[in-house]
Amino acid sequence: MKILVCIKQVPDMESKFKIDSAGTWYDTADLAWRMNEYDEYAVEQAVRLKEESGDADLTVLCIGSDKVKETMKKALAMGCDRGVHVTDDAVSSKEPFEIAGIIAEFARDKQFDLIFTGMQSQDRGSAQVGVLVAEMLAIPSISTIVDFSYADGLAEVKRELEGGVRALVSVKTPALFTCQLGLNTPRYPTLPNIMKAKRKELLSVPVQELLNIQARQKTAKTYFPEKKGGGIVLEGDPAELADNLIQILKEKTAILS
Amino acid sequence: MKALLVAEYRKNTLLGSVNELLAFAQKTEAETAMFMVGSDSQLPAFDGTLYLADVAEYGEYNPGVHKELLLAAVAEFQPEMIVFSHSSYGWDLAPRIACALKASQVSEVVDVENGALIVPLCNGKLRRQVQPETPITVVTLQAGAFGLLDEPSGSPAVKPVSTEAAATISFTGYEEAEAGGVDLSKAEIIVSAGRGIGQPENVSMISDLAKVLGGEYGASRPVVDSEWVEHNRQVGTTGQTVSPKLYVACGISGAIQHLAGMKKSEFVVAINTDKDAPIGEVADVLVVADLKQFVPVLTEKLQAD
Repeated sequence: MKILVCIKQVPDMESKFKIDSAGTWYDTADLAWRMNEYDEYAVEQAVRLKEESGDADLTVLCIGSDKVKETMKKALAMGCDRGVHVTDDAVSSKEPFEIAGIIAEFARDKQFDLIFTGMQSQDRGSAQVGVLVAEMLAIPSISTIVDFSYADGLAEVKRELEGGVRALVSVKTPALFTCQLGLNTPRYPTLPNIMKAKRKELLSVPVQELLNIQARQKTAKTYFPEKKGGGIVLEGDPAELADNLIQILKEKTAILS
Repeated sequence: MKALLVAEYRKNTLLGSVNELLAFAQKTEAETAMFMVGSDSQLPAFDGTLYLADVAEYGEYNPGVHKELLLAAVAEFQPEMIVFSHSSYGWDLAPRIACALKASQVSEVVDVENGALIVPLCNGKLRRQVQPETPITVVTLQAGAFGLLDEPSGSPAVKPVSTEAAATISFTGYEEAEAGGVDLSKAEIIVSAGRGIGQPENVSMISDLAKVLGGEYGASRPVVDSEWVEHNRQVGTTGQTVSPKLYVACGISGAIQHLAGMKKSEFVVAINTDKDAPIGEVADVLVVADLKQFVPVLTEKLQAD
């Protein structure tokens, strides 16, 4: 059984963002980078499936500059067998169709039985790439899964809908799944596994070899949303802050009267 | 501009999000038609063509088949824009349509300014203005971003659509959310815990504050996913939608899905170390502090008050 999991490296969302000099994206300098949160669930599910099946071969793919190798090492330490690093210094300006095209081109002749992706990225948040990859490969896909089981070529999953409702869906492999938060509990790599990951294969493929789709949209500009006026910002010592807040609640709400 | 709106139908009910699609069409002054896999017993109120596929035949979730049905409607109506809600149905079906039509797709549109599409970036911290470069554009709309000024009215001209396409997946039914426990939708005061609480032991800090204020405590998704708080206390699109008199968000950054669940609160207090967190956009008061230091002090002072 062959499994592919696709991950993205994203900035920590708590970062202090700045706009880049072109005004079309966030400035990628001076940010802390990590694995896209949704992709951690995808990696964990792929690793669990590999462990359960015993004879699976698990590849992790990531697109980006050399710095994404750090994030790939985490996936390898979590239990992926090998990494495929698609080298691309201009990854952040690529739109979802280009990204999906790159992944589909890589996967096309590899006969993966199952492909896992996050349901969206934390920065761009398009929720397109996974489903697009499956469409380009002409295999079925199920998005937003929060429960997964697999036996004998049949995957049974739960899809998360609004209001806590779930849809029960099954599909024959090959198939692709986009993973929602809460699907499982992603593991922390252990020190021995981090050491082991250093010896795992990390292939490098230039993006030019895989990119054959043109961008269909571009970003005209990126900017900070206007702060809606009226909000009071309180800073300072906790005790003073508490007094201030209680005073405001007394004045502006009927709750502490 | 010609826009084809994709209405949603679930559990034998036309979903109310159809009004947001109509509001978007109104704002963009589009010539509008609609597509739905639904039933003629529940028709959306609008004047125009409704391309209707029978849900009894095609099922409520059947993306490969819904794609073919929608493509049949697209072939007839020839829209320049195809408009979905950014929902579990919309974000699932939209890329399939975009791929088939070689269209660009712009996800989670929050606004239209002079014809330009605006979407969030970095979980709502930034905004991006997107320029599609294809004859057809597929868009999904953020829940709650577009509202109708008036109640929709009219009655559509129904055109049936059908397909011979076979299902690629098997959908066998729904699993309901766990029932019981608290009903946050009726609570007047809610104190919610976010990722910023750091560890499960700190949930009591939040519930203590809720207690002294005479309210209930809730949580954001990461806290529920970590199983620190039970699911029926989750606030947001996949949990409960709440509208209390006072909402206190503790260590909640304000992911779009969370904001959608609480932005109808009358008065919002946010406690966060990050001054730029998106929760600040909806907060009446933003307390810039570490909640682990601030909340116990606040609780103590309220108790003494």
